[in-house]
Amino acid sequence: MITDKIITVKICTGTLCHVMGGSELPELAYHLSESMKSKVEVKGMVCGQFCRDSSKKPPFVTINDVLMEQASIEKIIRYLEKAFCNDTK
Amino acid sequence: MTPNNLALLTRRELLVHLCKMLDKGTILDEIDRLPIQMRPKNNHSIRCCVHKDRAILKYKLMALLAFNVDDEEDELCTLHEYAAMAMKRDKITPIAMTVVYEACSSCNRGSYQISNLCRGCEARPCDVNCPKNAVSFVDGKAQIDHNLCINCGKCLKECPFHAIVYQPVPCEESCPVGAIEKDDTGIERINYEKCIFCGKCIAACPYGAIVEKSHLVEIFRAWKNGHKVVALVAPAIAGQFRQELGKIYSSILKAGFNDIVEVAEGADMTIAHETKEWQERMGEGQQFMTTSCCPAFKELAKKQIPELNNKVSSTPSPLYYAGEIARKRYPDAVTVFIGPCIAKRVEAYYLDTIDYMMSFEELGALLVAKEIEVADLESHTCVSKPTIPAYHFAYSSGVANAIIAKAGSALNAEVINGIDKKSIALLKQISKGKTDKNFIEVMCCEGGCLGGVNTLIKSPQAEVIFKKNM
Repeated sequence: MITDKIITVKICTGTLCHVMGGSELPELAYHLSESMKSKVEVKGMVCGQFCRDSSKKPPFVTINDVLMEQASIEKIIRYLEKAFCNDTK
Repeated sequence: MTPNNLALLTRRELLVHLCKMLDKGTILDEIDRLPIQMRPKNNHSIRCCVHKDRAILKYKLMALLAFNVDDEEDELCTLHEYAAMAMKRDKITPIAMTVVYEACSSCNRGSYQISNLCRGCEARPCDVNCPKNAVSFVDGKAQIDHNLCINCGKCLKECPFHAIVYQPVPCEESCPVGAIEKDDTGIERINYEKCIFCGKCIAACPYGAIVEKSHLVEIFRAWKNGHKVVALVAPAIAGQFRQELGKIYSSILKAGFNDIVEVAEGADMTIAHETKEWQERMGEGQQFMTTSCCPAFKELAKKQIPELNNKVSSTPSPLYYAGEIARKRYPDAVTVFIGPCIAKRVEAYYLDTIDYMMSFEELGALLVAKEIEVADLESHTCVSKPTIPAYHFAYSSGVANAIIAKAGSALNAEVINGIDKKSIALLKQISKGKTDKNFIEVMCCEGGCLGGVNTLIKSPQAEVIFKKNM
């Protein structure tokens, strides 16, 4: 049984994340599988200021408020698959 | 390769640092430290060791300071010294890109390789079908004699276990005109007799070893010296930020430019002149005419398909007209073209009205360095009002549609979306008259300028965003 809990992915839409590799992240929703689409909410967020910490690497997204650095569409999907998988155990 | 990869992000990181140092005026003090800062010791190295990684960054920075890496005379010359020279130099060169030899991995020549999946089967179709007898079997496994192999690829097609792979040289493979070749040491060199400045090699190299030379030093110097600096902005910018065009213009002004001339203004003049020229040529009984706005295509016609050269429209590009407008409107200003293309950097160099060029990628780095949030700005409206078809020069088929709208249904267009080996073959056929069309639009990058080498978002996404902005 897959849980019907919604996971919220917030994508930083700040200029820095856009330039430093995040320009295609807002397309995330189109890359989710049908089963995931109903469970995952994709939102944009204004610059979350994560880039102020120079030890962290852009682009940034948060998944249920947990920060992911160097995010890519594939990395987010891998994370989500794992999250859903753990829920079924 | 995906538009987002770590070699590309390294280049952007370097550009951001360069902009910050130039902005703060600390470049002479800080630039030698940057490779150490970006590749600190005790971290995992990307190449053999941290020292190699730092040396690569040094030479990439040298290229971004607009020096040819070729021209290095003394290996002890520091980035501090290069930066000091850049701050004093009074001219830039037309060579738009340079191979960073330190970064070039001198990849093996493009070749077919037997992988360890080879089972040494009885059928041995690789051996049987090889036209040059280059395949032999040693210890029950296939081997290719590369002195005999002609890279025909038959063995790869025939192997039932998919045990044969083709390993390309990415930059050579990406070049549509065979302009990048190895020298005796295996390092790649660009042959400018053949190069059309499409920049595909820059995007293809997984080591980021080919670098576009930047004019950032010159642009910041113009600002520091109190010059008025005007940006001439290519219409493709509308597809680059997921923000409305007016906000993007505001961000350009906030970054330090005094005013903006939309290159689409020039495109309106190109449309008018090119339509007239096409009608005249048809009146003279010519079979067809091609577009002339893409400088990489013009280089291609000049260097590779000379029979096509007299079919290329002689109408100047939108940038040419926009340059004239800018000089008239701001006679004392330094003019900077902001666009997505290396061939345009070369075109701009030879235009008297354009002083420097900034790529979309460099603009992005400048906004990051100055901490400008495009989304937070008020929308800026330019005084000029280019027509919508003029903006559409940014994508494939846009130019043809703009001319059709003026010339009417007598114009029958063929659109060539992207220059590669296949479309070059097609253009060679067309140059011999093998076409039933009378207008040929050619754009070098797939998707048109929206798919340019120096874009932050590639087509087709960029085209979707662009169209929302119109």
